[in-house]
Amino acid sequence: MSLSIGGVPYEVVMGIECHVELKTATKMFCGCRNVFGAEPNTNVCPVCLGLPGALPVPNRLAIELVVKAGLAFGAEIPAFSKFDRKNYFYPDMPKDYQISQFDTPLTQGGVVPFRLDDGTEGSCRLTRIHLEEDTGKSSHAGSRDGRIAGSTHSLVDFNRAGVPLMECVSEPDIRTAAEAVAYLETLKRTFVALGVSDVKMEEGSLRCDVNLSLRPVGATEYGTKTEIKNMNSFRSVARAIESEIARQAGILAAGGRIVQETRGWDEAAGDTHPMRSKEQAHDYRYFPDPDLTPIEFAPTEVTRMRESLGVLPHARLERFIARDGLSVVQAQQLADNHALAVFYEAAAERSGKPQATVNFLLGDLSRLANETGTPVASSGFSPDALAELVALTDSGTINSKTAKDLIERVWRDGGSPREIVAAEGLGQVSDSSAIDALVHEILAANEKTVADFRAGKTKVMGFLVGQVMKQSRGKANPQVAEERLRAVLEGAEPASQVRG
Amino acid sequence: MNLDATAVAIAAAVNARDVSAVEVATAMHARIAERDGAVGAYLATTGELALAHAQLVDARVKAGERLPLAGVPLALKDNMCVAGTPTTCASKILAGWVAPYTATAVQRLLDAGALPLGKTNLDEFAMGSSCENSALGKTANPWDLGRVPGGSSGGSVAAVAAGEATVALGSDTGGSIREPAAFCGVVGFKPTYGRVSRYGLIAFASSLDQIGPIAHTVEDAALVYELMAGRDPMDATTVDRPVEAVSNALREDLAGVRIGIVREFGLGELEPAVRDVYERAYADLERLGAELVEVALPTADFGIATYYLIAPAECSSNLARFDGMRYGLRVEAADVGATYEATRAAGFGDEVKRRILIGTYALSSGYYDAYYVRAQKARTLIAADFAKAFSACDAIACPAAASPAFAFDAKTDPVSMYLMDYYTIPMSLAGLPSLSVPCGYVTPPGAAGPLPLGLELSGPLFAERALLGFAHAYERATRHAELQSIPALPGPVGAR
Repeated sequence: MSLSIGGVPYEVVMGIECHVELKTATKMFCGCRNVFGAEPNTNVCPVCLGLPGALPVPNRLAIELVVKAGLAFGAEIPAFSKFDRKNYFYPDMPKDYQISQFDTPLTQGGVVPFRLDDGTEGSCRLTRIHLEEDTGKSSHAGSRDGRIAGSTHSLVDFNRAGVPLMECVSEPDIRTAAEAVAYLETLKRTFVALGVSDVKMEEGSLRCDVNLSLRPVGATEYGTKTEIKNMNSFRSVARAIESEIARQAGILAAGGRIVQETRGWDEAAGDTHPMRSKEQAHDYRYFPDPDLTPIEFAPTEVTRMRESLGVLPHARLERFIARDGLSVVQAQQLADNHALAVFYEAAAERSGKPQATVNFLLGDLSRLANETGTPVASSGFSPDALAELVALTDSGTINSKTAKDLIERVWRDGGSPREIVAAEGLGQVSDSSAIDALVHEILAANEKTVADFRAGKTKVMGFLVGQVMKQSRGKANPQVAEERLRAVLEGAEPASQVRG
Repeated sequence: MNLDATAVAIAAAVNARDVSAVEVATAMHARIAERDGAVGAYLATTGELALAHAQLVDARVKAGERLPLAGVPLALKDNMCVAGTPTTCASKILAGWVAPYTATAVQRLLDAGALPLGKTNLDEFAMGSSCENSALGKTANPWDLGRVPGGSSGGSVAAVAAGEATVALGSDTGGSIREPAAFCGVVGFKPTYGRVSRYGLIAFASSLDQIGPIAHTVEDAALVYELMAGRDPMDATTVDRPVEAVSNALREDLAGVRIGIVREFGLGELEPAVRDVYERAYADLERLGAELVEVALPTADFGIATYYLIAPAECSSNLARFDGMRYGLRVEAADVGATYEATRAAGFGDEVKRRILIGTYALSSGYYDAYYVRAQKARTLIAADFAKAFSACDAIACPAAASPAFAFDAKTDPVSMYLMDYYTIPMSLAGLPSLSVPCGYVTPPGAAGPLPLGLELSGPLFAERALLGFAHAYERATRHAELQSIPALPGPVGAR
């Protein structure tokens, strides 16, 4: 990222705020189900509708999930925390205040490590993670594009109202779009692995806002920032960042000034448009919610939660690279799929051959997973079966064709590859005396080809090997077969035996 | 059947099947029809609901159950939700709203056999001390129909005083049970904050609101209290500690009890006749065996200022939801913002608007530390003063109000109205259990007859059992409630 404006080198400064819907069975302050995609206004009750007289009761699990999310990045867990009310009027907010946390977030600090695709290591500090309730969802009817401008009326679905939402705020440590995506990938892997969230941007369970400004390299003050919203995939996060860098750089190059504002990303147009400027900022009149008692953690509780974290995805990723010698891309692919990473670790440990294991896992098994829509861990394959498959191919016991057939079969029906090979004699024939018999049979039946070979047309070797393979019903080791054919044809063996 | 019997007596009669709950419900609704035209205690009666509950109670009693409130007529302040009934907070903004669920405290009493007679009048959203802030009805004091019943639980208190209910529920934020109970000559009890669930009580100030019983006797109040108190999984601020049985363990004397008399609450500024009543009340406590000790509450004087920052701050947020979008009144205007403004302008009365404005100001950026934060600090100091006082005494006695009930429209300046809660607000800020019990009468010039006064007794946090015991001993020894009765009420308009 070498950005130069008027000959002066500039750098990009970004911080990211992520809203992550927690994966709890019930909502934050009531017993309604927390599910995506239900009929509008079916998962609602007096509490999440904010009816007169209804009161919130906190979901303890949601609080624990946020604490675990923070602990995963080494955050500090203050002994005292509380909920505050953020007051503002909006039709999809049932109480016209949102229960959130103002000055006592559940977690403070922490560092999010990441790896770029090219292997570069990086990190971004976390400022805080706090817990709040989600709002309902408005949709605007009567306008051409679904936007509020020009609409005739609006509809509100309160199923989402009261869903637990954690907000992760980063420090302004991010410098490139690639870093932003890598940061988000670590968050996603970690939250999925810990069961904190599904982290599905397309369903809105992850929403992120990027604060972005430019400044001359070496400057200590920040430039005027804009906030970019409405990205619905990691790819659009990267595109929106690139677009906004270009827009701000263009303004600065022309001698203009950046206006502090919120800008919405338009996926189709590939650029951002202004949403609201800072002048319309609210005074949210935060104050402690008197309906809720403070949240206090005993040190032993925090220790228990820290110990329950297990191996975290980023640690796994680093281990795949350092210990197993996997490529960064392979390691990321595994780390992106928690179940697959766990499967890989078990299989690689048993096979002792990490590279061969990952080749099968990210190759044939991932292909089958895509084709069938069944995750690897739910297929007929167990880590033990994969380890056996690796051992069978690595030792040359089966050839690649048999391996492919075997994979399809175990995927579908389960079972032990080793036992199947033994019981059905699928083992590859590498014994040269057994192959010699086939070699002689094929040579005898293809006199013209033999003559061609001897006349210098060595390309016919492929045909002859194919014939041996066919005669062995695929079990012959092709390398041994070629070796033996060549030995006979090049005269290392007596020709008489050919006819013999 | 004696409709003026206590809740304890009615429940005993219904449980013994001497009288049916259906008979009680029918007779009580006939009495309401006869008397409430003059009193105006009820905003709505729920005759069919009461009858349905009465039938259920009779069936349960017939099946062998003994219900502690079997067939006891109960009036409910109209800021408590009862499924299927209109719940208005005496506000135009909620007029016509039908609650889809029932408040926990109410449900517990219904489960115990109580009959829900109807919803009673209050100052709009419980903001007021005379019931005059109701947007939906006017309630008179049964002792003098030209005077206010007190507030904000004026309707519930008037209903009990007029014999239109045996017991009632009120809510007390800064005195809204105790002051009207004193004005109407009945017992009104505010439990410790966190004892009784607020789920289904439409919030005024969440950190202060508490539901409590209104009754003719301390024993009835204790019975209702113990049936509805206790942890509620629907209210995170209810405390998880056992509720001791109170109603069957009330004491008859005050031997060995230290009663604190607050130095700062000297009786010197009261009208002489009022002062005499309280001096006699203190002497009666001593006569019953109590030792009177002087205690200091140096910060109590800041109570009203503190309260009128904290309560409005909370109400400014609690009442935001009444915006015309989802329920209640909606006044359509050009866009969403204009609709909010038009709805709230038309739906709320002046006092509610005043408090929302004060609270919004107190929470605003730049003023928050100077007002809200300082008020919270003052609140902590007031609570600490009480804690210190209770190291020297078991309960504190003082007037529940500085005067008897005043005439309608006598207090037009909001601050003079706020001062009515001078003796009740400090206890609310400290979260203490506190009650008013009848202690005598005065007949000021212009009054139709004697007007009751109330003695306020307050105890340490969660000391309800001891506190109700002291009040019971005082009540039994003095029998003030039995010395006078309300004048005959004019009958229904049609009968005149």
